[in-house]
Amino acid sequence: MVTQRSNSEATVRWPTDADRQEQLDTLKPAPKVISFEGISKSYLRNAGRTLVRHRLKSWLTGAPAETFCALKDVTFEVLSGVSLAVVGANGAGKSTLLRLAAGLAAPDSGRVRVQGTIAALMELGAGFHPDLTGTENVLLNAALLGLTRKQTYEQFDSIVEFSGIKDFIDEPLRTYSSGMMLRLAFSVAVRANPDILLIDEILSVGDQQFQRKCIDEIKRLKSAGSTLVCASHATAMLRELCQQALWLEHGEVRMSGSTATVLDCYESDGRVL
Amino acid sequence: MLNSNLIFLLQNLVLKDFRIRYRNMSLGVAWSVANPLLMMGILTFVFTRILPNPSIHHFALFVLCALVPFNFYSLASSAGTVSLLENQSLIKRVKCPRAIFPIASVLSTSLHLLIQFALLIGLLLIFGHQVNRYWFWLPVILGTEVVFMCGVCLMTAPLDIYYRDVRYLVEASALIMFWLVPIFYSLKMIPSRYQLLYTLNPIAAVALTFRQILLDAKAPSAGLLFQLSVVPLVFLAIGLAVFRSLERELADYL
Repeated sequence: MVTQRSNSEATVRWPTDADRQEQLDTLKPAPKVISFEGISKSYLRNAGRTLVRHRLKSWLTGAPAETFCALKDVTFEVLSGVSLAVVGANGAGKSTLLRLAAGLAAPDSGRVRVQGTIAALMELGAGFHPDLTGTENVLLNAALLGLTRKQTYEQFDSIVEFSGIKDFIDEPLRTYSSGMMLRLAFSVAVRANPDILLIDEILSVGDQQFQRKCIDEIKRLKSAGSTLVCASHATAMLRELCQQALWLEHGEVRMSGSTATVLDCYESDGRVL
Repeated sequence: MLNSNLIFLLQNLVLKDFRIRYRNMSLGVAWSVANPLLMMGILTFVFTRILPNPSIHHFALFVLCALVPFNFYSLASSAGTVSLLENQSLIKRVKCPRAIFPIASVLSTSLHLLIQFALLIGLLLIFGHQVNRYWFWLPVILGTEVVFMCGVCLMTAPLDIYYRDVRYLVEASALIMFWLVPIFYSLKMIPSRYQLLYTLNPIAAVALTFRQILLDAKAPSAGLLFQLSVVPLVFLAIGLAVFRSLERELADYL
């Protein structure tokens, strides 16, 4: 499956103007990959326990902090334009994997390499502020995704148009339903024309019609060379969008390969249990 | 590192903080004028009627010269310290240089600094003080305080993620500052062996240079200017170093 791989070690980074320009100018960007090499990630249990007395106690007694291993030795790679579906039960490590890919967290061991600009749709409402209006949130989000002022104002109308919530765009975000928030978040993310789009589940709160629009839009991005990594339980959608699939179980890769094969096993496994 | 989309982001973050702070309040920005006026009024009452100090003329303006930098310390340190926690939904969304959040927070409170500074200038002119050439120093001095606060918040903001107690320490530090900055007393009243220590505090140094320039119409003393150019930069350097070393694990604690 590996056809071409760049040797450069660029990790996730803030896109420069040059990157953006290059992205706009070239219709066919160079292959950009995500690669995970032996990635493990654990979290401290009782994450609230950041109290001085707990630190002091574990330092004095030498007791290791209790950890929870969210990912164990995960290795895979995704080529540009190839989309990856991530499936698994709740708590299998899907979100952790996406967070690492987005550069939001650092792995304990192993190396994550990601090349290109990223837009992530992880938690509903992440990146939004409830007291700002839709318009203000769009501007803020576009800036967060690394768009320049010029690009943002060029894209603004099409973002609002795509979201289909023009009538409410000047209302504060706290009055929005979860579907409306998704619409806005998705619209900004796809209009940023990212090289890599990471989606964690949240499309499921959209209505049928908007989900259809999302799928078409993702297909458009893919045909322009973008890569999609999507964690979801909506297997029908994954089959339509992704060529490759990764099945996680208790933080380990249970199976990886073509979407049809992996999802067939995944679904029959669920029925047996 | 400072490319145009970072500046666009910074600008949006600053605007966001500023909008959110007063969005749901009827008086809006007027609060940032009301607060120092109230403090000035009460301190003037106490120190001219109850504990009068005849060595200080025009007590109200004398106090306001120090209240403006002090208010900025108190606002910026509390806003900057919680900035990472407040912006966690943004931090979880996208990878960007995270040091931008405390800095944006300090810059958005510096809009209040400017408003309060304008109030000070307005009152000075109303009370018959003249513009003099040393006023050219004022923007530089304001700038040093902003740099100092960025340095402080780059330290306290990530520490607050690991130990949520930090914000209360910072709140306490504002209270200590209120007494240790010569707000309602003059530097002359401080025993001379403490004076250097006092002026090493940039907030005190800003207040003192303000008085020299605005009230005495004199050039700011070279010693104070030197301290003001060194101390904030040292804090900024330490702040950046601390931030960098704590940044990596940040997301796991949010």
